[in-house]
Amino acid sequence: MAEKVTLSDLNKTLSELNVQSLEGVKIEGDVEIEIDAGAGGVGPLFAYYFGQQAAEIAMQLIKFAKAVGYPVDGLLQPVAMAQAISPAPASLAGAAAAVTAAIPAFKVPAALASSKFSVGTDKTWKNQIQEVTIGATKANGGSRGNVIKLGGEKAMPFFPDAPMPHNPKITMDVFDMPIGMAKAVKVHYEDVINSPGEWAKKAVKKFGADLVTVHLISTDPLLKDTSAKDAVKTVEEVLQAVDVPICIGGSGNPDKDPVVLAKAAEVAQGERVLIASANLNMDWEKIGKACVDNGHVCLAWTQLEINAQKELNRKLMKVAGVPRESIVMDPTTAALAYGLDFAYSNMERIRLGALRGDEELTFPMSSGTTNAWGVREAWMVRSPNKEDSDWGDRMLRGPIWEILTGFTLAMAGVDIFMMMHPLAVAYVHEITQSLMGMIEAKTPDTASWLKMEV
Amino acid sequence: MKETSPLNLYKQLPQTNCKECGEQTCMAFAAGLIARTKKVEDCPPLLKDKKYAKKLAALQSTVAPEVRMVYVGVGDKQLKVGGEDVMYRHQMTFFNKPPFAYDVTDTMDEAKLVERVKKIATWKKFYIGNWERVEMIAIRSVSNDPAKFAACVKKVQETTDYPLILCSFNPAVLKAGLEVAAKARPLVYAANKENWKEVAQLVHDFNVPVVLSVPFDLDGLKSMAVTFESAGIKDIVLDPGTAPNGKQLQESLKSFINLRRAAVEEAQRDIAYPTIALPINAWLTTQDPVRAAYWESVLTAAFVIRGGAIMVKHSIEAHSMMPDMHLRFNIYTDPRKPVQVKPGVHNVGTPNAEVPMFLTTNFALTYYTVESDLGSNGINCYLMSINTDGIGVQASVAGGQLTPQKIKDAFDESGFKWEEQKYPALVLPGMAAKFSGELEELFGGKVKIMVGPEDSGRLGEWMTKMWPPK
Repeated sequence: MAEKVTLSDLNKTLSELNVQSLEGVKIEGDVEIEIDAGAGGVGPLFAYYFGQQAAEIAMQLIKFAKAVGYPVDGLLQPVAMAQAISPAPASLAGAAAAVTAAIPAFKVPAALASSKFSVGTDKTWKNQIQEVTIGATKANGGSRGNVIKLGGEKAMPFFPDAPMPHNPKITMDVFDMPIGMAKAVKVHYEDVINSPGEWAKKAVKKFGADLVTVHLISTDPLLKDTSAKDAVKTVEEVLQAVDVPICIGGSGNPDKDPVVLAKAAEVAQGERVLIASANLNMDWEKIGKACVDNGHVCLAWTQLEINAQKELNRKLMKVAGVPRESIVMDPTTAALAYGLDFAYSNMERIRLGALRGDEELTFPMSSGTTNAWGVREAWMVRSPNKEDSDWGDRMLRGPIWEILTGFTLAMAGVDIFMMMHPLAVAYVHEITQSLMGMIEAKTPDTASWLKMEV
Repeated sequence: MKETSPLNLYKQLPQTNCKECGEQTCMAFAAGLIARTKKVEDCPPLLKDKKYAKKLAALQSTVAPEVRMVYVGVGDKQLKVGGEDVMYRHQMTFFNKPPFAYDVTDTMDEAKLVERVKKIATWKKFYIGNWERVEMIAIRSVSNDPAKFAACVKKVQETTDYPLILCSFNPAVLKAGLEVAAKARPLVYAANKENWKEVAQLVHDFNVPVVLSVPFDLDGLKSMAVTFESAGIKDIVLDPGTAPNGKQLQESLKSFINLRRAAVEEAQRDIAYPTIALPINAWLTTQDPVRAAYWESVLTAAFVIRGGAIMVKHSIEAHSMMPDMHLRFNIYTDPRKPVQVKPGVHNVGTPNAEVPMFLTTNFALTYYTVESDLGSNGINCYLMSINTDGIGVQASVAGGQLTPQKIKDAFDESGFKWEEQKYPALVLPGMAAKFSGELEELFGGKVKIMVGPEDSGRLGEWMTKMWPPK
C-alpha cells in the first residue's frame, strides 16, 4: 500500500493528463462522483447521457487511483461499487448505474404523488383599518337616502387572510362650471354640463355612482374666482338633486380652498360629506376644524410621500381635533403609464404599514382616478411618435386607461375612487366585487380556451 | 434569495479582493449580489478554481431566487419566467416581467395566420426611452390534428423567431409540435391529470419546459409538481386555473397569492415554481369583442400585480395592448432605480443660436416623453430640466416644487448664455402657463416667456405656428 493520495493531488494529476474539467461534476470525499444536477441547470436528458460519461471517467479515475497505489478496493466496497472495479469492460454499465444512482435514467412515475398544499396567513397584520361612514340619513340628522361605509379591512385587498367588510365605492365627478374633457368623457356629459344638479342625477341614476363629488372649481382665482358664498349654492343644488352621500371638492387653490371648503362644510352641516381636501401646503387646520364643527369627514391629501401622509394625519387629529373615524387619505394617484408605479407602491406601503400597526396610517384611502385622463395615451387621437404601432380608437382606449388606473390601486388598498367615465365606473365596480366573490356567474370550463373559436 | 447581509455572502467568496469582477473588494461584490447587480457567475475565480467548489455550491444555493426561474426560448429572445424574490414590489423589485403570449390557432388559414403573427411580432410602442414589445406566440391546437398542428408551428417559426407556447392536452399533437420546434425550447401547455405520463415523457425526451395544469386544486397541483420533480423534470410552470368570472375568479386570485406566499414567505421549495395566468379566458364569457378585450385587460392587471409569471392573451387591439403593456411596465419597474434625470440644460438634436429653449422637470417619465416628442418631430432645441425632486409638471406646479424663482435660479446656475441666442425665449409647459408674468419680471425683460402646449405631443404644431417668435 502506498501513501494516501489527496483530492488535490488527483486534480493536479488529472489536469496534467489533460483531463478536462467538467461543469456540474464535483469530486467529493474520496473516490466518489456525484452529479450535481442543481448546478447550472443540468436537465435530466443531460444527466442521463452525462451519467455514462461520468461512469467512464469514474473507471479511469479508479484505474488511475490504483496505479498510484490508492486502496480503491477497500474503499469501493462500502459504497456498493464492487462491480465497477472489476476490470471487464462490461462493467461500464454497472458503474454508470452506481455512479448515477442519484439521477437514474428517466422513468415516468407509476402514479402521482399525494401531497397537500397549505400556506399560512400574514401574522404581522394585527391592526384593522378604521371604518369611516360618509353620509347621514334622517335618523342621524342628515337627508341622505343611505350611508356609505369605507374601511374596516384586516388584510390586503382580496387576500385570503380576511374578507373585506365593504366593497370599494365610486364617487363620480361633477363640476360647477363647464371644463375641458377628453372626447370619450365629454360625450356622456354634454347634456348636463351646465347643470350640476342634473349632472349629479345622471351620475347616480344612469351611471351607478355610489356618491358624487361636487368640485367647486369656479372659485379658482384664475378661473371665475367665484366667492365662497356663491359657490356653495351648487352644493345645495346637488344635495337637493340626489340623495346619495356626497363629497365636496375645492379648486385646488391653497389660499382659496380653506375659505370655500369651510363655507361648504357649513351649508352641508349634518350631511356628513367628505371634504376634499386638506393638505400640508394650505390652512389644513381651518379645513379640519370645519369638518369637526359640522360633522364631516376630512380627506387628507399628500403627494406620494408616506411620511408627509403620517404628518398630515397626525396634525389633523392632534391639532385640528379631527376624530379617527372622520379621516380618509388621498396619497395621490399618478395614472397608468404616468407614475402609477409610485402611486401603487406608496399606497401598498401605507396599507401594509397600517395593518402592521402604524396608527397614523390606519385610514381608508381615496384615489383621484380621473387623473387617468391627463395621460396622453388616454385621449390623443394618434401617437406623436411616428414609429409607434397604431394607437387604435381613442374612444375605446380612454376608458380602459381609467379602469386599469383605478383597479390597480384597488389592489393596493383604495376604498373610494373619484371617477368620470361611465364604463370605467362599471368595470371597476365589477372587478372589485368579483374578487370579493359578490358576483354570481357561471364560470366556463377553464380548459376550453384551448379549442375556443374566436 | 432571502439573505440581506453582504457579510454572510462574503463568507462564501474567495476573499482575495482580486478585482476580476470589476469591484474593488469581495465585500463590494457581496453587496452587489444582495442588490442583484452582480451574479455569482461574475466571480471568475469562484467558477474556475476547484478549491472553491463547495463555496460556489453554497453560494449558488443561497442566492437562488425564491420562485424558481424557467428559461423559455433560445438565443437573444430567450425569456426568464419566474425568478422572483418578494411578495410586494417595494420590498426590492419584481425582476422578470411576465411574457405576454398572444394566441394563434392551427385552424387559421395560412394568410390570416401569417398576418396575425406579423402583427403580434412587429407591435411596438415607445415608452421612457425604450420600445415595448410582445414576447411570445401561443399556438393553440383547435384541430386536435397532429399534422395540422405541426404545419402551423412550422409556419409560425418561418414567420417569427419569437418563443412559443405549444398548447394542447393531446400528447400526439404536442409531440408533432415538438418535433418541429423543440430546438427553440418552447413551453409546453400542458400536462394535466389525464395526460401527465405521456407529457412527462415528451418533455423529458425533448428537454423542454412544461406547464402543469391542475385548476382549482392546489393539492393536486402540488402532487403533480412533486411527481415531475422526482422524475427529474424541473423546468415547471404551474397553472392553478384562471377563472374569468364568478366566485371562482376570487379563488383564482387567491391561488396566485397563496402560491407566491408559499414560495417567498415560507420557502416551500417543492411548490416554488412560476405561474401561468390565462387572461384569454375572458373570451369564454362573452361574444362582444370590446367587452371581452376590456375584461381581458382587467384580468391581466389582476394577475400581473399578484405574481402571474407568464400570460396567454388574445386581443391585439391597441386599446388592450397599450394599457396592458404599460401596466406591466409600471409594476415591473425597479423602484430602487432613480427616476430622475440630471437637472440642467440638455441638447436635443443639434441646437444653435436660433433654436428655442424648452423647459420641463427632472421626472424621468416627463423628461423622456418631452425629449422623444421633440426628437421625433425633428426639433433642434435646448431642454432645461428643473429639479422638482422627480415630480412631473402638473403636480410640481400644484405642489410648489416648480416655481418661477426656481426656474430663474436654475438658469443662473446653468450659466446659459441668453445673449448668444438670436431669439432669447423660454417656452414654458402649458401646465405652467401661469408663471409667465412673474418670469418676465424675474428675467428683467431680457428673455421672452412663451407658453407651449399642455401636452408635448403637440410641440410639432406649436413650432410651426409660433417659432421663430415675431
